[in-house]
Amino acid sequence: MLKLENVSFEVENEKEILKDVNLTIEKGKFIAITGPNGGGKSTLARVISGVIKPTRGKITFNGEDITNLSITERAKRGISFGFQQPIRFKGITVHNLLNVAAGKDLSVMEASQYLSEVGLCAKDYINRELNAGLSGGEIKRIEIATIIARNTILSIFDEPEAGIDLWSFNHLIDVFKKMHSNKEVSIIIISHQERILDVADEIIAMVDGAIIKRGAKDSVLPELLHCEDPLNCLNCQDIVEA
Amino acid sequence: MNDIAKQLLKEVSGLEELPKGAYNIRDNSQSVARQSSENIEIVGKKDKSGIDIIVKPNTKSESVYIPALVSCSGVHDLVYNDFYIGENADVTIIAGCGVSTGNSCDGSEHNGIHRFFLSKNSRVLYVEKHIGVGTGTGKRIIDPVTEVEQEEGSYMEMETSQIKGVDSTKRLTKAKLKANATLVIKEKLMTHGDQIAESSFEVDMNGEDSSVNLISRSVAREHSKQTFISKINGNTRCMGHSECDAIIMDHGVVKAIPEITANSLDAMLIHEAAIGKIAGDQMIKLMTLGLTESEAEAKIIDGFLN
Repeated sequence: MLKLENVSFEVENEKEILKDVNLTIEKGKFIAITGPNGGGKSTLARVISGVIKPTRGKITFNGEDITNLSITERAKRGISFGFQQPIRFKGITVHNLLNVAAGKDLSVMEASQYLSEVGLCAKDYINRELNAGLSGGEIKRIEIATIIARNTILSIFDEPEAGIDLWSFNHLIDVFKKMHSNKEVSIIIISHQERILDVADEIIAMVDGAIIKRGAKDSVLPELLHCEDPLNCLNCQDIVEA
Repeated sequence: MNDIAKQLLKEVSGLEELPKGAYNIRDNSQSVARQSSENIEIVGKKDKSGIDIIVKPNTKSESVYIPALVSCSGVHDLVYNDFYIGENADVTIIAGCGVSTGNSCDGSEHNGIHRFFLSKNSRVLYVEKHIGVGTGTGKRIIDPVTEVEQEEGSYMEMETSQIKGVDSTKRLTKAKLKANATLVIKEKLMTHGDQIAESSFEVDMNGEDSSVNLISRSVAREHSKQTFISKINGNTRCMGHSECDAIIMDHGVVKAIPEITANSLDAMLIHEAAIGKIAGDQMIKLMTLGLTESEAEAKIIDGFLN
């Protein structure tokens, strides 16, 4: 479904952020990308969604070379991208944004359904503006609802757990499981959360702009963290990041 | 009324036929239709052009329409409208002005001087929409002056919008508030071409626990220029807030000039202004949802001015 060949991204006079990345994501796969901060994970997601163009390499989606396609063209071909820090809009309501995401005017019932899926009480939110009045966790869940509403064949989430409380997080895992139950769609999630890594088919570890390992969680995390004991990997990660 | 006037009437007030209840429709400096209701009386002024709108005390949930149209070029309309709102009354006033100059090079203008006298505990929702149409070079000018005097416990909400076609506008709104009176003004403005718009507010909060909230959202496109001036005087224990949010595009210019004066230790006054172009992240977000760049821009502006 998605193929990256020798994709690099560098900023002039600065370090190379992505280094010759080769990656294939098959239809129906749920892939989690993890690794230390600054490793290039978010940049990889932005390159796939078209927010930034790679300086070298080729991206193929469903057999089509999309390397030079715009964000809009990629979105129309079926790529969705949930931002790490969702964007706020003065005057645009939650219902408005869900309409844009769905590509049609949703009934209140339909829009409410998407909000319920991410654990928001629809009547409290559907007419709210996407402005600074919403908390970080609320707007993050609305962001995820827009991706569900898009219902595309590839969904990319950049740290969907950020800002979401523990109770909602459990619900979020169910959201991803439900999406994954549709074997026609692929999911890429950038995450540090062990429970998200647990439900993914495969883990990709990125360090310093390169993919260093791909496989099952138990095989990837020890290598990523130079840790022999997978059960203690998150503790190791804390130490590494500190 | 000619077809142009009917079209203007529909755009500024939503009316396709004469409404029920009280109304006065003005076209090219003449009252062309007028009706009073049991509770709202409309009478023509004897000394100058204009009307008095007298709302009886305790009138509830009634509306009055007073659109003013200029459907010909070369018209310079000046009208004085006074509104007397009785105690405990609760009414909606649908105003609005449409100026059309057709394909003429002669300009037209409408200047409305509105005065509101709100009695104790009365409530008014005032909705006003300004538009200009025409393909000629004639300038379309609307310069409204609004003066509001609010007695104790009264509430006035003004929703004004001017989205297209008015070449020049200079709006002045003055208000004096007594105890527990509340004034809310929501202004929406979009200018383009070489249009110039200036909106000034002068509010005196003279009564304890009075409050004012001025909210302006505007978009300045192409070479248009806007100025937002908010003078709020807190003369006793009161609360005042003004907010100017503006998007600038192309070569648009927006100036926000606050002048908040606390003449009392218990006055709480706030001014906020945010002026800038459309955030790149907002465009990118909407494009990731499938909108083109121009669709995303339109969506952001529509929402902002909604």
